[in-house]
Amino acid sequence: MSSNQGKVLGVSGNMVTVAFDGNVKMNEVAFISLDSGDDQVQLKAEVIRIRGRECDMQVFEDTRGIHIGTEVHFTGELLAIELGPGLLSTTYDGLGNPLDELADNSGLFLKRGVYLPTLNRTKVWQWTPVARVGQRLRAGAALGTVPEALFEHRVMVPFGIVGAIEVLEMAVAGSYTVADTIAKVKLLQTGEVRELTMVMPWPVKRPIDAYEQRLLPERPLTTRIRIVDAFFPVAEGGTACVPGPFGSGKTVFQQGVSKYAEADVVIVAACGERAGEVVETLREFPELIDPRTGRSLIERTIIICNTSSMPVAAREASVYTAVTLAEYYRQMGLRALLLADSTSRWAQALREMSGRLEEIPGEEAFPAYLGSLIAAFYERAGLVRISDPNLGSTEGSVTTIGTVSPAGGNFEEPVTQSTLAVVGCFLGLTYARSYAKRFPAISPIDSWSNYIDRMSDSLEKQYFIGWVDTVKRLAAFYAAGQRIGDQMKVVGEEDLGLDDFVHFLGAEFLDAVFLQQNAFDPVDASPSAERTALSLQLTARLIEHEWNFSNKDQARETFTQLTSIFRDWNITAVQAPEYQQLLDRLEGSMKPVDSAA
Amino acid sequence: MRKVYTHIDQIVGPVVTLKANNIAYGELARIRLGDGNETYAQVIKLRGDEVTLQVFAGSKGISTGDEVEFLGRQVQLKFSADDLLGRTFNGVGEPVDGRPALQDCEDVDIGGPSFNPARRIIPSQMIQTGIPMIDMFNTLVKSQKLPIFSVAGEPYNELLARIALQAEADVIVLGGMGLKYDDYLFFQRQLVPSKDRTILFVHTAADPVVECMMVPDMALAAAEKYATDGKDVLVLLTDMTAYADAMKEVAVAMEQIPANRGYPGDLYSQLAARYEKAVDIQGSGSITLLAVTTMPGDDVTHPVPDNTGYITEGQFYLKGGVIDPFGSLSRLKQLVNKKTREDHAPLMNAMIRLYDASRKVRQQQSMGFSISSFDQAVLAYGADFEARMMDLKVNLLLDEQLDMGWKILAEHFTPAQTMLPGKLIESYWPKGD
Ligand SMILES: Nc1ncnc2c1ncn2[C@@H]1O[C@H](COP(=O)(O)OP(=O)(O)OP(=O)(O)O)[C@@H](O)[C@H]1O
Ligand SMILES: [Mg+2]
Repeated sequence: MSSNQGKVLGVSGNMVTVAFDGNVKMNEVAFISLDSGDDQVQLKAEVIRIRGRECDMQVFEDTRGIHIGTEVHFTGELLAIELGPGLLSTTYDGLGNPLDELADNSGLFLKRGVYLPTLNRTKVWQWTPVARVGQRLRAGAALGTVPEALFEHRVMVPFGIVGAIEVLEMAVAGSYTVADTIAKVKLLQTGEVRELTMVMPWPVKRPIDAYEQRLLPERPLTTRIRIVDAFFPVAEGGTACVPGPFGSGKTVFQQGVSKYAEADVVIVAACGERAGEVVETLREFPELIDPRTGRSLIERTIIICNTSSMPVAAREASVYTAVTLAEYYRQMGLRALLLADSTSRWAQALREMSGRLEEIPGEEAFPAYLGSLIAAFYERAGLVRISDPNLGSTEGSVTTIGTVSPAGGNFEEPVTQSTLAVVGCFLGLTYARSYAKRFPAISPIDSWSNYIDRMSDSLEKQYFIGWVDTVKRLAAFYAAGQRIGDQMKVVGEEDLGLDDFVHFLGAEFLDAVFLQQNAFDPVDASPSAERTALSLQLTARLIEHEWNFSNKDQARETFTQLTSIFRDWNITAVQAPEYQQLLDRLEGSMKPVDSAA
Repeated sequence: MRKVYTHIDQIVGPVVTLKANNIAYGELARIRLGDGNETYAQVIKLRGDEVTLQVFAGSKGISTGDEVEFLGRQVQLKFSADDLLGRTFNGVGEPVDGRPALQDCEDVDIGGPSFNPARRIIPSQMIQTGIPMIDMFNTLVKSQKLPIFSVAGEPYNELLARIALQAEADVIVLGGMGLKYDDYLFFQRQLVPSKDRTILFVHTAADPVVECMMVPDMALAAAEKYATDGKDVLVLLTDMTAYADAMKEVAVAMEQIPANRGYPGDLYSQLAARYEKAVDIQGSGSITLLAVTTMPGDDVTHPVPDNTGYITEGQFYLKGGVIDPFGSLSRLKQLVNKKTREDHAPLMNAMIRLYDASRKVRQQQSMGFSISSFDQAVLAYGADFEARMMDLKVNLLLDEQLDMGWKILAEHFTPAQTMLPGKLIESYWPKGD
């Protein structure tokens, strides 16, 4: 605890310049004491630049009322979030303040200067010790576990501890709050003895690295969005970006993934977007049952909610808070999925601060270091091996999918470009597809995934032998079909050969029944992997069938029929009687005798 | 206790700088001009004893020797739930309707904090406007924020005035920014019938630019007071592009580095802070926000409409004097369409699909292709749809709009051609008489 003090020298927007005497750390947190008449508040701020005896701070609140000379108290601590049991099912602002409790505490509006502990201090947890007295452990090793939602939450040796510790005392199994001491340890490097609780503060801008090694992502993270899982799969521990103009379906995509993706923990970071969209998640998830676990979806979810009208500096912090939470659950051997919507708002927060700092601007006034910050953010995703002396070896992962909101929908802008340079998968949404209501509006032509070849073994295990081949064949088929479509726009349908015309219809069919998917239909929104495998096989067979059409009208009619039946099948539940009937009709259409379905 | 200073060091655009002590960020100041006039100004930057102010009335006529008095408070709205109704104010909240200033009122800080997202609820009620292209095709939902994207010259203010007169709302707050004086007079006259529930905050094109920047905050601060008091408030803002241009002007005077076509890097955050005031408060009132955004050069990728589209819940696209059914979208309509009438959503989809077809046929016809008799029907339907549904003069209740929809379909098509489900055809298809 440093008792370092400072005084405000300047204010510009949410940036405050402070003169100080002692030592100040980069990213250190300080509080600005504001007494403006009736309200006495402490405004939280973070040091973002130090020059001589002056530092610039970004303030996580509205700065109105701050004077020259207003007192500033430095805490000596970096901007951190509390880690521990009780994070799941909760909604926090970008700094880790629980929003529900804030409302209980100060009403409908977010009052500035009110900060509450991230972890509930009164809730009781069932503690089971894992480590033994006398054991020597390192950062990240489990001391004990408490059941949280669906799994055993590991309470670990704080990640920041350097060198080994020796366990001096362990709390016996029983009921404890996060604030109770659960172990007493000795830091062997310094000899210091520390009492540990279940609360571990961690500086959000520093990656957690208490793992044995990083592994190459070689398994898919199933999203249940067909076009993604088949054509542009995301790896568990990998990264993907979803750029697209406004209204192209970024948020609907992220919401779908947050519901159906095969992850143990989902961190939803609503970063500078609409509050109304978070409310949908907030109100829906407690009601939705996760079919794989039988538990409500909210139990595996944490929402970091720093929407567009909330303070901009806290928006900047929010993506770091979110990724820190993902890393924390990864350390327990879980699959954490981070969904950030939208990373452009974070980049804009950086741009606003950079402008106030009067730094030399890069392209479109974004700071020159934008690219390296984006790279560092996505680098925090990954698949790792965790070796615990008592619990054995497991793998844990952070998969990050971020949306990008490019100005004017133009992907040639700095945030999209910097992101494309570092992610493993690009899901580009196009205005043309969303305007034509072909959702999800992910471009089947421009999008890509670097993971598909690397994951071919596990993909074939999950779907069927020959999956990767089929996918690649269909992708090439679709691209060729698009070229024919473009040609047709110029020369007209009449001048197109029958074969080309049928190819074009086949590509449109693939689009209509496989690539498109209605996020609002209860069945079509989340097909199982088996169902997707069946869809893909059936689609391929129908497209590649020897139809021997005699003319274009017949071809068009057949594909119109097939599309309508297939789309009906897409929205029919497996248990429904029509499920098999519709399948039979599709199969039947390929038999020469009763082809007229 | 008030601090008075008599020397201004620098005057650039609407921004002045002087030396002063113990001034708060955001504080309001009064500048007394040599000619006896007064203007207000707000602190937008502090550095040591150097204070930067944006002057509401602009710096025209300000001399380095003018007297600056700091008032020790933030910019505030004078609020009184009863007395505000029917009145007209400028961007700084002073009455401009020739009537006396408000007595016995509460001082409300403008630009107050955000509504706690955890206390928001999912919107669930439609707001009827009488306009089929809104009620039936892109339903406006209570607490929604929607821009009206428009090219210069489109009748956007007429549309706003109609909505103001007809929409179901307890209080209507109109914020005018950069209004042509004629438009100001137009609003004054048009809104007379609903005067007792309407408040105007008006900045005209001739008024100082900084006042323009205050209009949305004044309007929304008033709206928030009514909404927390159980009132359903409709806020109408026109034109947000003028508002953004005012921000640009001040940013340039402050020598800020522009992000995109001269607009400051925080344009998105500034616009969002205003639009996000739209809210439905559980057990209390609501704020619904409609805002005209003119698109310079009909370019939707221009920074103002572009940033707006990223913030709002859809958009109305005013083009050729009508609300275009394809470019327009109410992203919240599915939350309410299920609750209106069972035929609402399917009828809407069928009519749009057929109208889309009519546009395509029209195009083919113009390219000299021959057209079938079904195409003829589609063409005639298209023209009828435009005249009886899209025309902004059409004024019907939602039920009447839906009935009209069936009537139009029946005049041009057989039930099967509409591909509407048999059950609905049975209940709603007009019986020949
Ligand atoms: N998969 C889908 N199925 C059906 N409709 C969709 C789908 N995806 C998007 N839409 C439609 O598009 C609208 C806009 O989608 P969404 O809110 O996800 O856009 P966005 O890209 O996040 O836009 P913004 O950048 O403005 O936040 C939705 O309200 C919905 O009507
Ligand atoms: Mg979105």
